[in-house]
Amino acid sequence: MMLDSNYKNLIIGVFLAIVCMLVLPYFIEYYTLSLLIIYSILALSLGLVWGFGGILCFGQAAFFGLGAYSYAVFAINIGESTLPFLLAIIVPATFAFILGAIMFYGRLTDVYLGVITLVVTLILFRFINSTASPEYMIGTAHLGGFNGIPNFQTLNIPGMPDAYIWDLDFYYVCFVILILSYLGLHFLVRSSFGRVSIGIGQNEQRAELIGYDVRKYKTILFAVGGGLAGLAGALYASWAEIVTPGLFSLGQSAEVIIWCIVGGVTRLSGPIFGAVILGLLKYYLGQQTLIDNNLVFGVILVIFVLFLPQGLAPAISSVWKKLLTAKKSTRNKLRKRAPRQMQRGHLNE
Amino acid sequence: MNEIVLETHNLNMHFGGVKAVNNVDFTLRENELRCLIGPNGAGKSTFFKCLTGLNKPTSGEIYIRGEETTHWHTHQISRLGIGIKTQVPNVMDGLSVWENIWLSARRYHDVKQANRRVEEVIERIKIGDITKKLLGELAHGQRQRVELAIVLAADPWLVILDEPAAGMTGQDVEIMVDIIREINRSAAMIIVEHDMQFIQSIANQVTVFYQGSILMEDHVDNVLADQKVRDVYLGRNV
Ligand SMILES: Nc1ncnc2c1ncn2[C@@H]1O[C@H](COP(=O)(O)OP(=O)(O)OP(=O)(O)O)[C@@H](O)[C@H]1O
Ligand SMILES: [Mg+2]
Repeated sequence: MMLDSNYKNLIIGVFLAIVCMLVLPYFIEYYTLSLLIIYSILALSLGLVWGFGGILCFGQAAFFGLGAYSYAVFAINIGESTLPFLLAIIVPATFAFILGAIMFYGRLTDVYLGVITLVVTLILFRFINSTASPEYMIGTAHLGGFNGIPNFQTLNIPGMPDAYIWDLDFYYVCFVILILSYLGLHFLVRSSFGRVSIGIGQNEQRAELIGYDVRKYKTILFAVGGGLAGLAGALYASWAEIVTPGLFSLGQSAEVIIWCIVGGVTRLSGPIFGAVILGLLKYYLGQQTLIDNNLVFGVILVIFVLFLPQGLAPAISSVWKKLLTAKKSTRNKLRKRAPRQMQRGHLNE
Repeated sequence: MNEIVLETHNLNMHFGGVKAVNNVDFTLRENELRCLIGPNGAGKSTFFKCLTGLNKPTSGEIYIRGEETTHWHTHQISRLGIGIKTQVPNVMDGLSVWENIWLSARRYHDVKQANRRVEEVIERIKIGDITKKLLGELAHGQRQRVELAIVLAADPWLVILDEPAAGMTGQDVEIMVDIIREINRSAAMIIVEHDMQFIQSIANQVTVFYQGSILMEDHVDNVLADQKVRDVYLGRNV
């Protein structure tokens, strides 16, 4: 079988990612790198629901936090990390499914959707913050209010509770999970389900007119995004070895949105670029006190919204294409309206 | 006489005090091609939206092949095998022509069959030269044609179109007339239209809407010769 260029690109991309994975620790500490990878997965989850499904969620951090807290709580109760890890995906996915069903079956418009996701994040934040008194227990896990939950079993090799995965190994695991998540979504958005979801993101009414139950598709997509954010949360919990209410904060939600704007959401790689670049920037800015972080991010956001509304990904990918093929596209103007994958005439050839 | 495929009883759609659709009893039979005409604001689009689930009627009933669909969702009505085109073009601008049509075909077929179905429709509507273009890149007339292709890809037995020729000129209108005749060979049709010439070239039976109600229902020649209809179109009260 001949691989079409789509597959060729994908394989080259994965190969490059693996090279990056092996080389990066020589330049940046793996502790920082792991966090960037975790943020990338979180960004990817919003990129999916926003860029492909057209659902702008202001509360992606809620699912991230829920994943982290689920992991911590179950890890304390269960010990071995495999089941807590899976539950940290399932709980936020279920939560997103229910929240999504309420919003989409209730036919909320975009503005209300934004408001509701925002408010839910706030409520979770407030609630978790207020659980300091000892009666807030789940099994043997004390929720701990603003102090958070420390001292839980971090990631271990499945079936071997004493074989912790940490340091460089943890970084590799995160990276591999990022690659797998990317690949999973890559195929998801090319499946019939993904293509219909993209169509719905493009024009909901047309999708209904041709017989698709838009509410169902959006709810499922939203749940997938929630699950992926939860996965990032579980990794985060293992990385930080403590979970705190700050995970649910609006600041965290806003940050994910900024990553997506800067990276661009018309392709899956965009949010990853955004998270890594801004994550690094934040890291370096954090080492000095001369310039205020938030000011810098504000300026960057304004610049992108005004001058580069499609984000970095299209630019990066056109450079990448030039390197690979020297083919050039003239259709960038319309590109911003739809994820790239759907724009070829014959996806499945 | 042919079997009834769609009917409404006492259909009402009121917006506050505006009776956009007022006690409409409407019947459409198998294989029929019915044009709905009427001056601006007569209630044609509102009636169309009630039929297609885009508006929830204030009162009255809608039956499609004997089944009451009054409060159904649009996607459910569509799934009965009904092709719908709204007055405002409704396409996925950032996707290619091929992909737009495919999404419609995929609803009723597996991937392989859907691919085949798309090719058939492209052939039928003669848009083979633009399949890879994005909808947003197309001229208005082409977009309307593609929208019909989207409708056709689902093999509808009933097709409801709101102003398919709006904003079109000369040659595009002729192409549209041909396509509509072609569709009518396998499907009953309701076409909301404004343009008299267009109606003359396709219609047999015409329903005239005026102020939310049916003013007249007859053969196109009689309708066009009718003084009341002329007055309505010239903006005189009747
Ligand atoms: N959503 C709405 N809210 C309030 N009034 C409405 C609404 N939709 C339609 N109307 C009113 O209902 C009446 C009928 O409008 P409709 O769009 O059905 O007319 P039409 O026959 O399709 O006209 P046109 O030929 O201009 O398309 C108009 O008076 C319009 O203002
Ligand atoms: Mg109208």
